[in-house]
Amino acid sequence: MNGETISTDLVIIGAGPVGLFAVFEAGLLGLRCHLVDTLDKIGGQCAELYPDKPIYDIPAVPRCTGQELIDRLLEQIRPFEPAFHLREQAERLERAENGKWRVTTSAGTVFEAPAVAIAAGAGSFVPRRLPLPEAERFEGRSLFYAVRRSEAFHGHRIVVAGGGDSALDWVLALQPHAASIALVHRRDEFRAAPKSVERMRRLAAEGALRLIIGQIAGLEGRDGELEAVRIRTQDGREERLDCDRLLAFYGLKMELGPIANWGLALDKGQIKVDTEAFETNLPGVFAIGDICTYPGKLKLILSGFHEAALMCQKAFRYCRPNERLVFRYTTSSTDLQKKLGVI
Amino acid sequence: MPTIRVYDREGKLHELDAPVGWSVMEVIREAGLPIEAACGGCCACATCHVYVDPSWLGRLEPPHADETLMLDEAFQVQDNSRLSCQIKVTPELDGLTVTLAPEF
Repeated sequence: MNGETISTDLVIIGAGPVGLFAVFEAGLLGLRCHLVDTLDKIGGQCAELYPDKPIYDIPAVPRCTGQELIDRLLEQIRPFEPAFHLREQAERLERAENGKWRVTTSAGTVFEAPAVAIAAGAGSFVPRRLPLPEAERFEGRSLFYAVRRSEAFHGHRIVVAGGGDSALDWVLALQPHAASIALVHRRDEFRAAPKSVERMRRLAAEGALRLIIGQIAGLEGRDGELEAVRIRTQDGREERLDCDRLLAFYGLKMELGPIANWGLALDKGQIKVDTEAFETNLPGVFAIGDICTYPGKLKLILSGFHEAALMCQKAFRYCRPNERLVFRYTTSSTDLQKKLGVI
Repeated sequence: MPTIRVYDREGKLHELDAPVGWSVMEVIREAGLPIEAACGGCCACATCHVYVDPSWLGRLEPPHADETLMLDEAFQVQDNSRLSCQIKVTPELDGLTVTLAPEF
């Protein structure tokens, strides 16, 4: 997005369960929300780390999986038509000239809002880097953790490392265009989709790609250009494999990222808030869910829900300074029921 | 109470009280040693990776398939690599010795 500023009530950073429930609580108060998340899907850790794992501690939901929780929250907030900005990282937070908060994302999207809620969990998901001291010299030149433009890999001697869907998908997609391609994985079993594994094995049997069971042990090359990778094979030998591109897919990890530079009061990587409104040291900027800390904080989804509800009461005052807020229940308020679209 | 012996990444040994029923990850985390354990112990990441002293390997329950899959996301995996959230403290594990795997 270029130049266009999105004006809204509440910008929510993080589309995990707590960010999603904040949309509900904000919606009941008539506040519009935009959500930003670095992942390509909605749901945060619930969807990325444990979609199939059971959760037993959501009040009145004896059992649901991570993904089911997200699906239910999405259904619950649908009436409020939240806008999602996925695969974008909130990079900057600053005061605009008009007194509102301005949030700028990695994709150049600009929001202006009277209130911002940081619901970023343990931070942004970013690719795990190769833990070799020499890796840094090659990153972005000949070592990559994601594919932006697949054409950039055409005609190259490629090594792909990893055993999940990303590794297998890219091996299969790049194989027809590569000068040579090898897949390196630490054991001869893959958690990628069985269909992809089958196709990869067929290509390996035909000699169209090399499958090497082992772990990357070192990189060779100069001026950022890879010449070879060293692979420690299962039987402890080291093998040298010529290549000029390495794609490493070792899953994602979480880190606080740019939030650390926004002038927020932090305590051990978490954002300090008050327990009345879960507001940070910046007026109008709130932090809820796992990313916030206060005496007695528990990292539970249900705590995040509570924090979202209280946060919205105070956010309302920034968004509608001239309106009075009356506390109502969804059970009895026809006004709220209209907002929910149930009458 | 059983004791668990943990070597940190600087090679320093920590002898930790390990309540029966806790996971080794929890023992390490509660002692304030640097272990990320991002997913909180549900075997959904590989950030509580430890190396088990080879003399103890045979005395542990073997890893479940889930754990072996998750170890694919760890680096410098060895034959004695385990996810510490999946090792439960029992009285028999008194003296269990592990080393924190490198951070990345």
